[in-house]
Amino acid sequence: MSLTEGTRPRHVPDRLSSRPTRILRSWELLLFGIGVLIFLANTQASPYFLDPWNLSDATFNFTEKAFIAFAMALLIISGEIDLSVAGIIALASTAMGWALQWGVGAPGLVAIGLSVGLLCGAVNGVLVTRLGLPSIVATIGTMSLFRGISYIVLGDQAFNGYPPELAFLGRGYVFWVISFELTLFLLFALLYGTLLHFTNFGRQIYAIGNNPTAATFTGIRVARVKMILFLLTGLMSGIAAVCLTARLGSTRPSIAFAWELEIVTMVVLGGVSILGGSGSILGVVIAALVIGLVTFGLGLLNVPGIVMSIFIGGLLIAVIALPRLVRLLRTGRVT
Amino acid sequence: MTRFLKSREAILLGALLALVFLAETRFSGFAAPGNLVRIFNDTSILIILALGQTMVILTRCIDLSQASNLALTGMVTAMMNAAMPGLPVPLLILVAVGIGLVLGALNGLLVWKLDIPPIVVTLGTLTIFRGLVFLVSGGAWVNSHEMSAAYKGFPRADILGLPVMSWIALATIAAFAVAVNRTSLGRAFYAVGGNPGAAVYTGIDVGRTRFWAFVIAGGLAGLCGYLWVARYAVAYTDVAGGFELDIIAACVIGGIAISGGLGTVTGAVLGALFLGTIKNALPVAGISPFWQMAISGTAIIVAVAVNRRRTPGRIILKEAKA
Repeated sequence: MSLTEGTRPRHVPDRLSSRPTRILRSWELLLFGIGVLIFLANTQASPYFLDPWNLSDATFNFTEKAFIAFAMALLIISGEIDLSVAGIIALASTAMGWALQWGVGAPGLVAIGLSVGLLCGAVNGVLVTRLGLPSIVATIGTMSLFRGISYIVLGDQAFNGYPPELAFLGRGYVFWVISFELTLFLLFALLYGTLLHFTNFGRQIYAIGNNPTAATFTGIRVARVKMILFLLTGLMSGIAAVCLTARLGSTRPSIAFAWELEIVTMVVLGGVSILGGSGSILGVVIAALVIGLVTFGLGLLNVPGIVMSIFIGGLLIAVIALPRLVRLLRTGRVT
Repeated sequence: MTRFLKSREAILLGALLALVFLAETRFSGFAAPGNLVRIFNDTSILIILALGQTMVILTRCIDLSQASNLALTGMVTAMMNAAMPGLPVPLLILVAVGIGLVLGALNGLLVWKLDIPPIVVTLGTLTIFRGLVFLVSGGAWVNSHEMSAAYKGFPRADILGLPVMSWIALATIAAFAVAVNRTSLGRAFYAVGGNPGAAVYTGIDVGRTRFWAFVIAGGLAGLCGYLWVARYAVAYTDVAGGFELDIIAACVIGGIAISGGLGTVTGAVLGALFLGTIKNALPVAGISPFWQMAISGTAIIVAVAVNRRRTPGRIILKEAKA
């Protein structure tokens, strides 16, 4: 994504600060602090907030988006982006609805949703890694294409009547107030955290994001890693499509409209550099919780969704701008 | 001449003519001058916005907030008109452009002074501006009967056989054609996008140049806010929702390189006209309008694939111009 390249060289410290100060000054801790503040503000603002069932309901605001955000975080760290994720949800959900008309059962529907997601991811991956197109434009194109196919199939119609066994994936509870989606969210957080921070593959993603040329010369198969990441993002979008379809119980071509922007917001708010090369899964997890808390808390106060988006947009800019503003005022330099 | 034939603008012009010809075979009269003028008029807003976006993309930035800016300025002028029908239209246009400039400057300042990646800044302001439309209007619509005749009539007024809106688009195209090639700011846009490091050494302030690109894009979005709302005679929160991607699509189809420094005013105009022609050709060809999204998506992918740079890495020396 060369369009986001800055003009200044990347700051590379020659000595890392000691571990405790690094943790204290970390993005994750700052974000966590903001999350706690919002949580406390919510408990003061509404007496209904602390109810376990209400809190459990709040998780549905972000779980499906977070599934995709995990894979998107890896993709953005590697220096690419996928703006077609919401389009993939629409297409996968439409394919499920279409299969339903032919009498396919719940397991078949899940398989179809996941396969369509994977296939869409493969299309993006081929466009970017084989044809060498910039991912931001290629996926704006596929975003229109995927959702456009949904519109061709459905027009102003909708698919309904999904089997009740499917509903568990969207509305079911595993244990007390812990929903199936929340369980998946925690599972994926662990999985992606391990993949990014404790495997060879994860280190390769950082290396590619920081300097793709150098990564190539160290023997990393850059195109292959990026292809896998596009496939993963497609698959996660497929999973989100299955859960969302199961939760809503219907498919319209406008399903998950504009989610791509919310997902990218979640990832960037989580401290992943949009320039690639840095970020953590813990940050994305906290960002998902913060966004969930803000939207849910404001919802309890009867604030309309569109006004909440002002908060989310403002939060995105503020958390990035404030540390830079402080640095600018103190030292006269941003970086 | 031979060079023009080889350029991407020529390819695009050929594709555009082929499209018009194809539509003509399905529906005779599509290529009639009157209908072509109507298509141009329909596409005017997209052309103006795409020109602003082109300046931003040339400097290696991107502005996702244009459509929200348009919705906000359109709503403000519509509400002013509804509350005070006596206000002259030129004043409302000035207000629209003014608000647009301020919103664009906000984007520009965040990119310039705080060095925040433009995609992050405008992703944020996209949602903020759109939310502000709701706050300003309280979610209410401003309908046709609440707007004054002068307010609605201005973009449609006929001068020498063309609506005022088309004239505004033509004037914008002419202004950009001159400004991009004949002013230092115009050349700076190319320099900053082509090689920011080298631009710094030639004495160009990269941040300030980007700031002005955002200001220009914002001002034009403000102008289009008035034009859009007056033309369609309705203002509501979701006006032009998702239009930001159409604008970028027009630029990409027009051969503006998303990596900056490469692209022409002609390209942006042709890209916008290409999308506008598809939009107008589908209904007459008897194809459901629901096909439009998939077709523009395919057009974007084909366009970037065709315009892809053959050489890996950045072009250091541009070919000399005759």
